[in-house]
Amino acid sequence: MTDNNTPQSQPVTDEESQYSVEDVIDQTTDKSYSQGQLVMRRFFRHKAAMGGLVILLFVIVISFTSIGFGPIPGWWDKDFMTPSTVQNGGAPTLKLWPFQIGEHPFGQDTIGKDYFALVMRGSQVSLFIAFTVGIIATIIGTTIGAVAGYYRGLTESLLMRTTDLFIIIPALVLAAVFGRTFGSNVPILAVMLGVISWTGLARLVRGEVLSLREREFVAAARAIGTPSGTIIRRHVLPNALGTIVVNATLLISSAILTETAISFLGFGVRPPDTSLGLLIQTYQNALTTRPWLFWWPGIFILTIALCVNFIGDGLRDAFDPRQTLD
Amino acid sequence: MTQEAVLQFKDLDVKFKTEFGRVHAVKGLNLEVRPGEVVALVGESGSGKSVTATTALGLLPKNAAIGGETVVGQHSITKLNGKQLRTIRGNHVAMVFQEPMTALNPVIRVGEQLTEAMEVHGVAFGREAWSRAVDLLKAVGIPNAERRAKQFPHELSGGMRQRVVIAMALSCDPEVIIADEPTTALDVTVQADILDLLRSLKDKLNTGILLITHNMGVVADMADRVAVMFKGEIVEHGTAEEVLLHPQHPYTKRLLDAVPHLGDGHGQFGSKVNPVTTDELALEVRNFVIEYKRQGKKPFRAVDDVSFDVRRGEIVGLVGESGSGKSTIGRALLGLIPAHSGEVRVLGQDLTKLRGQELKKLRRRIGVIFQDPAASLNPRLPIGDVIAEPMVVHKIGNAAERKARVHELLDAVRLPRSAYNRYPHELSGGQRQRVSIARALTLNPDLLVADEPTSALDVSVQASVLEMFTDLQTEFGFACLFISHDLAVIDSLAHRVVVMQYGKIVEKGTREEVLLDAKEEYTRRLLAAAPVPDPIEQAQRREERHRLLESLGDEVVELDTRELDQ
Repeated sequence: MTDNNTPQSQPVTDEESQYSVEDVIDQTTDKSYSQGQLVMRRFFRHKAAMGGLVILLFVIVISFTSIGFGPIPGWWDKDFMTPSTVQNGGAPTLKLWPFQIGEHPFGQDTIGKDYFALVMRGSQVSLFIAFTVGIIATIIGTTIGAVAGYYRGLTESLLMRTTDLFIIIPALVLAAVFGRTFGSNVPILAVMLGVISWTGLARLVRGEVLSLREREFVAAARAIGTPSGTIIRRHVLPNALGTIVVNATLLISSAILTETAISFLGFGVRPPDTSLGLLIQTYQNALTTRPWLFWWPGIFILTIALCVNFIGDGLRDAFDPRQTLD
Repeated sequence: MTQEAVLQFKDLDVKFKTEFGRVHAVKGLNLEVRPGEVVALVGESGSGKSVTATTALGLLPKNAAIGGETVVGQHSITKLNGKQLRTIRGNHVAMVFQEPMTALNPVIRVGEQLTEAMEVHGVAFGREAWSRAVDLLKAVGIPNAERRAKQFPHELSGGMRQRVVIAMALSCDPEVIIADEPTTALDVTVQADILDLLRSLKDKLNTGILLITHNMGVVADMADRVAVMFKGEIVEHGTAEEVLLHPQHPYTKRLLDAVPHLGDGHGQFGSKVNPVTTDELALEVRNFVIEYKRQGKKPFRAVDDVSFDVRRGEIVGLVGESGSGKSTIGRALLGLIPAHSGEVRVLGQDLTKLRGQELKKLRRRIGVIFQDPAASLNPRLPIGDVIAEPMVVHKIGNAAERKARVHELLDAVRLPRSAYNRYPHELSGGQRQRVSIARALTLNPDLLVADEPTSALDVSVQASVLEMFTDLQTEFGFACLFISHDLAVIDSLAHRVVVMQYGKIVEKGTREEVLLDAKEEYTRRLLAAAPVPDPIEQAQRREERHRLLESLGDEVVELDTRELDQ
């Protein structure tokens, strides 16, 4: 209700509506904002989130187009497998002023591979793992949480105790076992990480559903005779969307760090393929002699994780405007 | 009256900055409260009455821009800093909130919450503060005050809790008390007690009271002077008699016309209720029992051996205070709560014995309206989808037919067709409740269960919704079980009335029998406690109620100043 909007925009003649506490529905237009549109509007006004989104998109685009992906070639003329002669001790040729990219903008590694291509490949693998983990964990977590929270009783006990079981298995131990068995198969590593990281989301969704199922619109739907599955899909989950989306983004950023940790320990991605974590592990001792070998993958991990976190932050504020009022 | 005012608002002006622009909540308001006087600030939601009162405690959020001045005693609140404000709060001005359960901290004992204010303001400390707390509890009429002071809020009943809140407000002997809807969350008999207590407060302690309420009955019962607020401005101001009996401003007139009047019967809002012509039963409830299982204890009987029926085309009012089991019955009829034993026949079929497809078929015959329109509509679905939902669930009609039906229903509940694409949050409370009624009527039900359908609405909105409801009932001819705690609302539309207490039926009969010539003690208490919006008549009713209480051997609640003098 904004100030003075009705009396000026449409002259009110009869006393009836002049002294009504109800706002008159504007009949001249069909325009309306759904909750989703309001959330989008708030999200686009969130500066940190928009910054994060732009940078993340930039990283994604540059990492996939530069060296290409699978059979598709990229615009960068070197790949991440072929060694060449090390020039100038492998130092980066990238200069900001006067601006020049040079032959090897991020430098070369010890055997002369182009480090820009390596970092791009690492980013590809890390992003692929992160988003796969995000999607798989969100689907599993949401389903289990929603079913447990809505049906309650024995179903809930069984599902939530299973969740507890998954929580007590240390991810790194599991990763070590699977890593030994499947070697450096990136898709399998991603799926495996997804299968073990849904637990937190399942608990959150269950909590949200527990409170939503007691709301009157759910009671109204049940009273009409709506089947349980439809109630969950149509009435409960859309209202839990805020929780789900926000936690999915946080899952993505934590998956990047988990992959890094696993590769760092040597259980994840193996050479000649590479990931950001693996690059850091390989060159952790190079910090003093060839610092760029450590810094570039480090900066990319930091950038991706921070951007995703900022986006999650913006989404949370957009879904829950009460938190941002100041 | 020459006494200096204890609370003054001078040209008060409040604006809020929000996401959707500025909201001008209070526009240049002038009002004063003198000692020993009750000034009622009346208005519907959004009128700015609570915002006005909150300025007296300096508790408005930071996005508010305050112009003008609020003066408590000698202090101008708007000019004080945080520390100075804290010495004013509680000491000079205190607040009684609407919902006593949320106003009290659930993990701190009642007595400790009372001593806190006294210790903060240096009125009393330690054991002395505790004994004063006990005295305060005694003064507000809490029996066994020594024991009660050691209890937690959840161990007290709603009325007791509100008395504790009043005792807290009194603890530092403020000059003015702001009571923000102090009885809205309470049952009508408890409300009458609390009002008696507040009235004795101004007489015996000479405290000024600013009473904020939307209930005209409460105003008539309590107020010396009345200020009517509408959209941030005071539109009418005068003594209770002047304003309530001879209103001048069109808004006040409209507001008073909209208040349902107990004893005036049908047709109060300009639409007649059709007489019932048939003896065919739409709903038959026999020896109905509902139990809630409790761990380690024997089950709680929420509904105990209840029998009543509703004929086709009849509106039966189900009345009771909180905890009487009236809503439980409503929910059980909708199949949301399983029955323990007994029979519920809807159009001849026993609801408790049906399963699967047959039950689903029978559900189509029952419509439902819930209390809170904000909670009973899915916020993510547009209005058109909400109303069409029953047709989707029961696979009736195609998209075009559904849309046509929704348009038809929007016309019936007097909403523009352009509401089709809107979302619930874009509508106001009354409009949302119209949507809920439209949804209940989508499948042309034979029986409608309405659970407090108007109690979350403003008075003027309630009147228009009730008018529309009776019109629809005449048009569609459904039978209706109308659950409400408000006797005046029931009086305006029901054919027959069932009164419940503690899960049992106390009295049932035609509207005239129950509401005009009650036989049972409980019904009489209930009727006596319901306030009417006429100060002279209400004063008589109050006397009558006090006589009734005396004849039943109860005491009238009032402040016992002997306890405070020590």
